[in-house]
Amino acid sequence: MARPADGLKVVSANRLDSGAVVWLAADDQWQHHIAVASVFEGATAEAALERAKASAATGVVVDPSLIDVTLENGAPRAVRPRERIRSLGPSVRADLGVQAGRRQ
Amino acid sequence: MSHLQAGHYQYDEIDRRFLTERVEQFRRQVERRIAGELSEAEFRPIRLMNGLYLQLHAYMLRVAVPYGVLSSAQLRQLASIGRQYDRGYGHFTTRQNLQFNWIKLVDVPAILNDLAKVDMHAIQTSGNCIRNVTTDQFAGAAADEVVDPRVYAEIIRQWSTLHPEFTFLPRKFKIAITGATTDRAAIAIHDVGIRARALGQGAVGFDIFVGGGLGRSPFLAKSLRAELPQADLLAYLEAILRIYNQYGRRDNIYKARIKILVHEVGIDALREQIDAEFERIRGPKYRLDPEIVESIRAHFASPPFEDLPAKSPAFEAALARDAVFARWAEINTVAHRQAGYAAVTISLKPPGGIPGDATSDQMDAVADLAERFSFGELRVTHEQNLVLAHVRRDDLRALWQELGKHGLDTANAGLIGDIIACPGLDYCALASARSISLAQQISARFADPEQQHLIGELKIKMSGCINACGHHHVGHIGVLGVDKHGVETYQITVGGSAADDAVLGAVVGPAVGYDEVVAKIGRLVDAYLELRAPGERFVDTVARLGVKAFREKAYGTAA
Amino acid sequence: MALLLKDGAVAEDAWVVVGDDDAAAVPEGAVIVSLDRWRRDRAALSARNTALGIRLKSSQLAAEIAADLDRFTLVVLDFPVFRDGRPFSTARELREHHGFTGEIRASGHVLPDQYQFLVRTGFNTVVVGEGANLASWRHALSEISVAYQAALSAEQPLSNLRRRLDPSGS
Repeated sequence: MARPADGLKVVSANRLDSGAVVWLAADDQWQHHIAVASVFEGATAEAALERAKASAATGVVVDPSLIDVTLENGAPRAVRPRERIRSLGPSVRADLGVQAGRRQ
Repeated sequence: MSHLQAGHYQYDEIDRRFLTERVEQFRRQVERRIAGELSEAEFRPIRLMNGLYLQLHAYMLRVAVPYGVLSSAQLRQLASIGRQYDRGYGHFTTRQNLQFNWIKLVDVPAILNDLAKVDMHAIQTSGNCIRNVTTDQFAGAAADEVVDPRVYAEIIRQWSTLHPEFTFLPRKFKIAITGATTDRAAIAIHDVGIRARALGQGAVGFDIFVGGGLGRSPFLAKSLRAELPQADLLAYLEAILRIYNQYGRRDNIYKARIKILVHEVGIDALREQIDAEFERIRGPKYRLDPEIVESIRAHFASPPFEDLPAKSPAFEAALARDAVFARWAEINTVAHRQAGYAAVTISLKPPGGIPGDATSDQMDAVADLAERFSFGELRVTHEQNLVLAHVRRDDLRALWQELGKHGLDTANAGLIGDIIACPGLDYCALASARSISLAQQISARFADPEQQHLIGELKIKMSGCINACGHHHVGHIGVLGVDKHGVETYQITVGGSAADDAVLGAVVGPAVGYDEVVAKIGRLVDAYLELRAPGERFVDTVARLGVKAFREKAYGTAA
Repeated sequence: MALLLKDGAVAEDAWVVVGDDDAAAVPEGAVIVSLDRWRRDRAALSARNTALGIRLKSSQLAAEIAADLDRFTLVVLDFPVFRDGRPFSTARELREHHGFTGEIRASGHVLPDQYQFLVRTGFNTVVVGEGANLASWRHALSEISVAYQAALSAEQPLSNLRRRLDPSGS
């Protein structure tokens, strides 16, 4: 397993209206799947977080933050258990959340 | 909307007007948030005051179940909300409330409106205010009850509702009350614990305890005042809260609970301050009129019990011919003060299941059974189960058979499978580690009813972070999940208790990883079975032999 | 420019807030001073023949000014952040224990959602920012018409637990 020290980051938040987990993706659009999230490194990550905070200030999302990821087959995967569960859904209910394949 | 009358505070037009106004107020607050008039920092405490959290996957709405009492109609409405706005289930909590996990902010005003139709709400289920008052799940039924605590829980609920002075406290404030000789309300681990007592000649008085709480710095409550007269209950609570509001720490969230004030100032000095405030407050304005108490007591009148013999021949016969039923009846029922009746615990802890979760279909089924067998009234317990408080012994077998059809006949109340677990990392934004899946593995491992029976009373309580919603400090076996450099790690304690012999558990050995927890608990249980003296529960053996004996057996070391 | 609200409407504010800087002259007319300034310049401030107001931080409780209350016609209680609920108790203590009958004013970070709590604990006026939504503030006073505990605003007891709130009567 790759280490977070790789410094790869994605930006995540929750939508204000629905609370759904979203990830900052191409064209700074918020998407529901971490796999399509834009991956940042170093200063570009900080800049992306600032853009996300601007999005939060306009009431689209809440609490944006940088999340450590590794790349698996080119797609980002959260490093910490908490963010992995956020990106998939509850580990105890495979029928719920993004992992269930249903639209959120 | 009609409710059956038994044992339930009936809202009148004034209560309903209040609730309708409160729903409208929150609707406008949501609108102001979405319009940008309120920032998230400003909206957060406002939504929390209405039980609305932002969790890992969505908003979570915590619905108040005042002192754990529900009518069938209310439970059906919760089932319906679960279907319409959530994913067809809800989660009963250690504070006798119900949580929905997949809520959208924009739906909340409509949900609150649906709740208001059955006189329910989410007021003060979170936030730095006086929270839902909790009590004995067998109130009004238990054979050992001295004073009905629901009467005073309802009075405190009303008094604390949108209290203008105590809604922005340093931190949350939890009150529990018991009126039985056995404390089933865990009053020692609350900010204020109240023991209602009969003082003779019909008078009721209260022993008041203060400063209990778990979390990062666990404390058991200390005695503040004995035999407080009924008329002074609210004046005295006002005095406690006012001193806390003024002097409780606000510089550090982990030191803001009243238990820290008690610890830092000392119980005697704090009592002096509170008593001085009380003497100033005491007067006609804050006096609790006996007429008020009696008018609220009338809501909790006994249901129309039948005159039945103490022994039920039908029940005795069923016990004799059906060993599985007999085991359930032994484990999941308790003595009732009314001859011919029993109080029944419906376990929400099937082996391998998620503790406290119930589907909307199960809620509907329980609502029907409550109507058929228990006067249309039921309870939520702080151990995350449900209770039908007034079931005829003649009906126990029929009830059990019906429960079985819905997967609700698990015979494990108080046994090793009856695990308290917080939602943990699977749902909660504060959590550091998973707790539900460990509870599932433990209850599956000890699924065998024979083995559970052999082990006897053993309360496992698990929290996925230091905030201790799973009450791990007072578990016979407590499990606390922490995040150690990004890895879920678990600290195991033994010997805790939340009952009358309340005591905090002691760490039994070095913290272990997620994959080792179940095996360690297995070894602790093996150690107990080997070491126990006749008649001893797990917690008794720990008390007699100390933690060291268990450490040696389970960790193979005296270190 | 901040606005002063009384009974849900904008009111004229005749008071001038004086800083803690010794060198600055105290203007004529009604002034508000901090507790520090009062303690330091007590004699000079007392010698003036105009109304005096005092401003307390949220950590400065009612007892700090109890002995001097007859000198003040206004007490300003400051909320450093709306979550700091101490001024609610301070106001109530000033009214109920110390018999203060002058104006109690809320300043700092307060929300419309707290307006009714302020009125019910003995505040008369609130200082709000210029950008405040006055409709939200006005509406906040009548949003809830029932209360479940004794307090200080004009209200009609329905029992000793419940009350009808009268938004027009404060």
